[in-house]
Amino acid sequence: MTIAMDDQHGPILDVQKLSKTYSVGGGLFGRSRQSVRAIDDVSFQIRRGEVLGLVGESGSGKSTLGRTVLQLTEPTSGSVLFNGVDLTRLNRRQLKPLRPKMQLIFQDPFASLNPRMTVGRILGAPFQIQKLRLSRAERDERVVAALGAVGLTEHHLDRYPHEFSGGQRQRIGIARSLVMEPEFLVADEPVSALDVSIQAQIVNLLLEIKRKLDLTILFITHDLAVVGHISDRVAVMYLGRIVELADTRAVFSAPRHPYTEALFSAIPTLDPTVKRNRILLKGDIPSPLDPPSGCAFRTRCRYALPACAEAVPPLREVGQGHLSACIREDLNLAAPLAA
Amino acid sequence: MMVKAVDYLEEDPVLTVVKQPRSANRAWQRFRRHRLAMFGVFMIVLLVLATAVGPHLIPFDDLFIDIRNRFAPPLSGAHVLGTDPLGRDLAARLLMAGRISLTVGFAAMVISTIIGTVIGVVAGFYGRIVGTILMRFVDAILCFPTIFLVLALAALIKPSVVTITLIIAATGWMEVARVVESQIRTLRERDFATAALMMGASDRYIMFRELIPNAIGPIVVAATLCIARAILMEAYVSFLGYGIQPPAASWGNMLNNAQQYLGSAPWLAIFPGLMITLAVTSFNFIGDGLRDALDARLDVS
Amino acid sequence: MAADMDASSVLDVRNLAVSFRTDRGEVPAVHDVSFTVKPGETLALVGESGSGKSVTSLAVMRLTPPAPQASLTGSILFRGRDGQVRDLATLAEHEMQAMRGNEISMIFQEPMTSLNPVHRIGDQIAEAVRYHRKVDRQAALDRAEELLVLVGIPEPRKRLKSYPHHLSGGMRQRVMIAMALACDPSVLIADEPTTALDVTVQAQILELLKELQERTGMAVVFITHNLGVVAEIADRVMVMYAGRIVERGGVVPLLKHPLMPYTHGLLRSVPRLELAAFGQAKLEAIRGNVPDPTRMPQGCSFHPRCDHAELGRCDRTIPILEEAEADHLVRCHRWRAIASVEA
Repeated sequence: MTIAMDDQHGPILDVQKLSKTYSVGGGLFGRSRQSVRAIDDVSFQIRRGEVLGLVGESGSGKSTLGRTVLQLTEPTSGSVLFNGVDLTRLNRRQLKPLRPKMQLIFQDPFASLNPRMTVGRILGAPFQIQKLRLSRAERDERVVAALGAVGLTEHHLDRYPHEFSGGQRQRIGIARSLVMEPEFLVADEPVSALDVSIQAQIVNLLLEIKRKLDLTILFITHDLAVVGHISDRVAVMYLGRIVELADTRAVFSAPRHPYTEALFSAIPTLDPTVKRNRILLKGDIPSPLDPPSGCAFRTRCRYALPACAEAVPPLREVGQGHLSACIREDLNLAAPLAA
Repeated sequence: MMVKAVDYLEEDPVLTVVKQPRSANRAWQRFRRHRLAMFGVFMIVLLVLATAVGPHLIPFDDLFIDIRNRFAPPLSGAHVLGTDPLGRDLAARLLMAGRISLTVGFAAMVISTIIGTVIGVVAGFYGRIVGTILMRFVDAILCFPTIFLVLALAALIKPSVVTITLIIAATGWMEVARVVESQIRTLRERDFATAALMMGASDRYIMFRELIPNAIGPIVVAATLCIARAILMEAYVSFLGYGIQPPAASWGNMLNNAQQYLGSAPWLAIFPGLMITLAVTSFNFIGDGLRDALDARLDVS
Repeated sequence: MAADMDASSVLDVRNLAVSFRTDRGEVPAVHDVSFTVKPGETLALVGESGSGKSVTSLAVMRLTPPAPQASLTGSILFRGRDGQVRDLATLAEHEMQAMRGNEISMIFQEPMTSLNPVHRIGDQIAEAVRYHRKVDRQAALDRAEELLVLVGIPEPRKRLKSYPHHLSGGMRQRVMIAMALACDPSVLIADEPTTALDVTVQAQILELLKELQERTGMAVVFITHNLGVVAEIADRVMVMYAGRIVERGGVVPLLKHPLMPYTHGLLRSVPRLELAAFGQAKLEAIRGNVPDPTRMPQGCSFHPRCDHAELGRCDRTIPILEEAEADHLVRCHRWRAIASVEA
């Protein structure tokens, strides 16, 4: 099952044609069941030590993608190669020994910690679950090390989650994901629920940990500014598909998809004296139950042509490592940074 | 450029944790303020002590027949609460009956809570087909008049304390199951359950280590109300003659015996009736108090 | 007492203080908050959790719990349509009900909780109209349709018959705005109305609010934690921290040259598109946590997190809110020293 691969240079994660379809409706009253493509034919790779930012609005499927990559949600089709092993072919028992290597950081620091457990028990649970043969001293050492990495100390071990503030809880959640010494983290909106002054702390913390522990991170967020700060590459999702994927600098200086341009334009700047020409998108994300034909963005796109309705534009290379799913090559899109 | 300021750091604010009272403490404080619940606790403690110690303090055995003092009214001579048609001491019988009633109630509660919790957890955690089948099964039993079920079972099985307990337990776990199922259904969607899944935890670990401790409050409330129900059910069944068999006393069969003397010796009915009411309402008060005290919403500051 | 209100303002809040009674005693949420709003002006109330910004807005609407659960002191002077000035803080509840949703309205962060899921949109808006105006059902429904047009909802006639769950978050917020505007209020209080929305939808709603304000001349009190939104929409800004105003002024001076170290720190900790540091440089975070309301630090409540705090002064006395420049107030012992060094 394991495909031989050079660990140092190959991607740590290789997602191929991943799709997840939910069926909704139906039931007793004979309504027909409809299917929703939450993620649709998504492929990307993450290199070891890289931070890939995954940006999208609500309903874009970014969180589902994160959870499907981690096999918390079973994909409908496609494969997820983690260190060369296809996770989609493993059952739960086979996945268990791989779990410590990949972890998830949650958005809501209030829901992600069991309110009935002390911090010590929360951080000790992974050892108990994985039944690692570690001495008590080794275990305590790793717990304290993880706490230290997030700026907390062993004095916090016998406290309960409700005694901590939101930012501190998020630190505990991060510490939990670190105790098993993972290689790969999925951070699902880890700063969205936090106060502005705390967000910066947590972003800094993640960057610091990433550097120290040589982690690979899939950073899921709706906030392009945060992504610009933390990511090496950015993938932009719209209605279940990746519409643009490139180096962060390339996306910020020369976006190639109109949706990326519109997202940038929608973010308010901190300068009250600058009045920009804002691109206002009309309406909302279309219902995934009834997506538009062809390019899903065409209904809100100001550059749309009749041809956009005909076929789903493939994600293709438009520059060095720069992928975009737009058929128009003649666009000169606005960017927050000069190229 | 930064202004030079006195580096003021009394304590690292990142590390500062405000010591908060455990939610259990706050729940206890709320419970103590619930007057009826405290009354219930007081009465139950009193009942338990009385039934445990009392029979040793009363000079008569509950089965001793004082043939010369049949139908002695309360406060007439040696028998404080009077005697029954056979001349047995009513106080001694009430306390011995209390032992049985409380034991049956408590044991039935433990068994039904365990059954209800397990079924509720499994139904709530797996949901879909498993959950639907289990919960429809619960509904089906609930649809059936419990007293018929108990009587039907009691008619088939030779009555004894153990079988009565089992029969009552077998018909009393549904409420617990429903409470637990609805709790678990919402809890399993919480991120900490997903976090355990991410660690590779088994379903059993998630259900019993992560989720159940968060459903303890409602389970305790349901269990308390379950005792009240079990005591009432035992009295009911014994009253109808299918429960605890004479000569052993139970509040229910004492009431049964008292029926024909309601006019001439009303105390025979009044005292066991009072005991049943007292025990059942006390447990109900405690249940109400616990429900208010453990309401997690009140913990949000 | 109410007569001395500044003739140009529509809302004048003076020395507002709110505290809540809890298990752990009396917890003050807002201290000594004063501000005025003029017609056609947008005042942004900025703060993090526990800053008291939402409590302030609820207090203005008199939506804080009644005594004894909460106590409210100070005055909330409001100039009504009839030109009469009333103190909302002491108004009888039935008089307040006649004001709410009529002369002064509010919209919330999560429109789903404010809309009744079992009633049609049209009926809910019409109900809001009929509560304050004696018109028949048809006239109210016509007004509802007019309002839906006003807030830019496509196919308004069809939408009148929709239920809230048929609408997207952005559309629901538009419906909430339509309801709030049903009786042409002179003050609209918007409590984080775009926080739950996507950025593209947020941009639409901000644009809509600006447009509506231009058209109706209402005053807007906009509560938010997002400084980008502040820059976008506000004329004047009031920054709150731990229940107190710490800085107040025009949007340009305040965001361009903040005087209070907290405002400064907040501005620096926001990741910005134009400063995207692909090299993953550290953001300039404010250390520490937002203080717990039951355990406020002595002196300036920001001093434990402040780089400029001076021992013996900042940890002893609470600084006063002083006027640094015309219409630019700051609550800091050391703003002069900090400003002179930074300049």
